[in-house]
Amino acid sequence: MHEFGVSENIVNIALAKAGEAQASKVIQINLVVGEMSGFVPDCIQFYFDSLSKDTIAQGAVLHFELVPAQLRCRSCSTIFHPPDTLWACPKCRGQSVEIFKGRELYIESMEVE
Amino acid sequence: MKKIEVIQNILEANETIASRNQQLLDKHKVSAINIMSAPGAGKTSLILQTLTRLKDRLNIAVIEGDVASTVDAEKVQGKAKAVVQINTGNMPESCSLMAVMIESAIKDMPLDNIDLILIENVGNLICPSEFTLGEHKRVVISSLPEGDDKPIKYPLIFIDADAVIINKMDLLPYVDFDIAAFRHSVEGLNPKAEIFQLSCKTSEGIERWCSWVLEQVETNAVKR
Repeated sequence: MHEFGVSENIVNIALAKAGEAQASKVIQINLVVGEMSGFVPDCIQFYFDSLSKDTIAQGAVLHFELVPAQLRCRSCSTIFHPPDTLWACPKCRGQSVEIFKGRELYIESMEVE
Repeated sequence: MKKIEVIQNILEANETIASRNQQLLDKHKVSAINIMSAPGAGKTSLILQTLTRLKDRLNIAVIEGDVASTVDAEKVQGKAKAVVQINTGNMPESCSLMAVMIESAIKDMPLDNIDLILIENVGNLICPSEFTLGEHKRVVISSLPEGDDKPIKYPLIFIDADAVIINKMDLLPYVDFDIAAFRHSVEGLNPKAEIFQLSCKTSEGIERWCSWVLEQVETNAVKR
């Protein structure tokens, strides 16, 4: 739901970094997005296309590396991917868990010319 | 073509402003509590109850976040030291308050005369979990008619909460809400969260909540 703001930030960061690198065009932006972050890649690309119009990032492709959710059991430290919405440890059945991976949302790198 | 390393958090812009907000609040010895819930869970009612109970002990300001209208600000007006209504419908994002909106709301507040700001976020269990505002504590309200499965369906907002409130306890005889199951889910996600059972309608349990609020304001004042 808040992909507009996220897309705006992506455009701003990309233009700043491209400026620092004295690039004339941004070809691709590589993003890392966690499964738990709640962001919809297609939606981000849609807003990005409109927000980057008439900038050197116009037409850039957003590449999303999706990080699957990983939870860690607080009792036995088992790390697991939740198979459903019930977050129970597959080993000890404990339900006290923390998110180990899957909340990422960052720009990893860019390809420019 | 060349590749450049970036490694930059996309929400960093919001987080930078949020930490600036917190610095400003700290400078003026003001605590801020971000209150989040689904629409209708009782954010405004909780704020009204808190204002009534604590108005002689604390100077409280309120920031109301809504997509549209000034309905909530009008309810609070006269009870709070200052009220600012933010209508997110006019902004690029309407689903949550963001740090930049709080920055402009606190800019004109008489911060030296305020001890606590209660921030009522936009009714939503998803987006507000992604945006910090500069608050010192995050509170989530669930109410009995919503059902006891909300922590399972919307874990992120519960994971980051300092306190979780179960509101509308007076409706317990009429709805199928398993208090033990709800508490178990919250404790699993977030063992540190303080859990309150209360009713803004009957005032049951409000006292314990208000003591917690007072304690947060005092602890915060000591830290600074």
